[in-house]
Amino acid sequence: MLAYIIRRVGQSVLVLLVVGLVAFAMFHFVGDPIDNMLGQERTQADIERLRVQLGLDKPFVVQYWRFLEQAAQGNFGLSYRQGRPVAEIMIERLPATLELAFVSGLMALVGGIALGIFTAINRRGVSANVVMTASLIGVSLPTFLIGILLIYVFSVELGWLPSFGRGEVTRIGGWTTGFLTESGLKALILPAVTLGLYQMTLIMRLVRTEMLEVLRMDYIRFARARGIREKSINFRHALKNTLVPVVTVMGLQVGSIIAFAIITETVFQWPGVGLLFINAIQFVDIPVMAAYLMMISVMFVGINLIVDMLYFAIDPRLRADRTTGGH
Amino acid sequence: MAETRVETRAGARPSRLRRAWQSDFTWSFRHSPVAVAAFGVVMILILGAVFAPLIAPHNPFNPATLNLMNGFTPPGQANEFTGELFLLGTDDQGRDVFSTILYGMRISLFVGVSAVLLAMLLGVMLGLMAGYVGGWTESIIMRVADVQLTFPAILVAMLIFGIAKGITPPEYRNEMAIWVLILAIGLSDWVQFARVVRGATLVEKNKEYVQAAKLIGRSPFAIMLRHILPNVLNPVLVIATISLALAIIAEATLSFLGVGAPPTKPSLGTLIRIGQEFMFSGEWWILLFPATTLLALALSINLMGDWLRDALNPRLR
Repeated sequence: MLAYIIRRVGQSVLVLLVVGLVAFAMFHFVGDPIDNMLGQERTQADIERLRVQLGLDKPFVVQYWRFLEQAAQGNFGLSYRQGRPVAEIMIERLPATLELAFVSGLMALVGGIALGIFTAINRRGVSANVVMTASLIGVSLPTFLIGILLIYVFSVELGWLPSFGRGEVTRIGGWTTGFLTESGLKALILPAVTLGLYQMTLIMRLVRTEMLEVLRMDYIRFARARGIREKSINFRHALKNTLVPVVTVMGLQVGSIIAFAIITETVFQWPGVGLLFINAIQFVDIPVMAAYLMMISVMFVGINLIVDMLYFAIDPRLRADRTTGGH
Repeated sequence: MAETRVETRAGARPSRLRRAWQSDFTWSFRHSPVAVAAFGVVMILILGAVFAPLIAPHNPFNPATLNLMNGFTPPGQANEFTGELFLLGTDDQGRDVFSTILYGMRISLFVGVSAVLLAMLLGVMLGLMAGYVGGWTESIIMRVADVQLTFPAILVAMLIFGIAKGITPPEYRNEMAIWVLILAIGLSDWVQFARVVRGATLVEKNKEYVQAAKLIGRSPFAIMLRHILPNVLNPVLVIATISLALAIIAEATLSFLGVGAPPTKPSLGTLIRIGQEFMFSGEWWILLFPATTLLALALSINLMGDWLRDALNPRLR
């Protein structure tokens, strides 16, 4: 157990070091930082002085180490485009993305489990089949088309919901929230649905398959024979045993929710880190790209690690496999 | 295809065409209406894209033939100033939407197919090496694959696009955009191929024919390419088909986000991005037709992939 944890943590650190190397290489090879910082009028002496000042005369490994030190402290320098510290911009944008991800994740979880149970219990019902077919279409539709479709129906045709932005936000300390105003909540609906739909269909299909499997088990048949009510069987006995895989998958999906938020945020001009990243790519704003990459890697690697540990703790069967062979 | 078991009848040996028609593979195709329909749609779209210069009534990228007066002509109605008729209407600059879709599909398909070929080449090669050579080679390749799999493919593609854009000088960026897209999507997608090929290779390499090839002294290179590769190709084809749909959607997504094909060489995604701007003012056709084309393309390729998986019945996973 301990050996496994140590190895797994070691792997995670290695991944972060590699990603850090990519981010550092971006700074190093894409565009010349001196070009970016000094204007047209510069002398060779200026360039040399800045090179020494920035530590660019040091060996590659030393520079890389310094970059990691700075990155660990959240210091990625100034955005080429906005001229402000990257960390400051990121912190400003993060609440919007986290609120969006939280709401759509919650929607996906609640909606997915509910629909999954529904379609599993009424397997042969007409409405369950309609839901299943609809979910197939939902999986094949690209995210950005879903967003456009929702905007067309609910903003352009019906005029019920806003098509872009966050609405009115309230500032609480360093955090901005859209939860407290009506326009903020209204603005949240369409992006959250767009982002959550794919995850919802995923969870729904997973719950349905697991549920169908569990409902075939002997202990369910026995519960029926004992005369326990259907409702109690479905929720008390069957559902509980389907939730373990759902929790793991959901954990892993948090990462992809954050990544797909890039698309949703662009469609709805939602002022989060995803939109910041896309704009950074368009304008080749390397510090912002590097910072986003590092932030998202820390998140992904952290979540993966936690999920792996949870799985390991929950399912004893895995222990024997994992400690002997690789995975 | 490899699996052409022939149901020969007694008597004259049927012609090659006839044997192909009667093979299990085509039989399962002929008896799946979904596969036939999907294949039909894909073929029509591909032919339309390939022969776009012949079919398209206008050349949307030749400024000399454009007339701004034709702007915003609704589909199937004559323009009120010039009296010209456009099947699917025109956009803000008077470009025929039908023609731009045909040319856009060319770019979407070109990028999609090239990206999948790149991913396939890379993935199959690395997968074969990992599976056959083993040891350190395998550890390194599969570790890199694991790391990349931690990140969604679209994010990897975006990042590669951003870095490549930073490296190319600004004056070449528009010209290079298509190649950068192919590189970005191709590099983000090789892991699937590598994993499946490695798995299949691990099974194949212990079989007798590989042992025999080793005994007669064939080089590892020849064994991998001439003996193992043909036997692990079926699952690769299935993944390639599904990857093609994903690559086309990825390309459209990147172009829609403004980090893909430039407006001077619009793909379907770029057209959707342009069309979205006119959605609010009521010019729905500029958006609807490219979006429907993209959906039809992606969905029918996906359906074909599904059928292919069942027909070839490979050891997927």
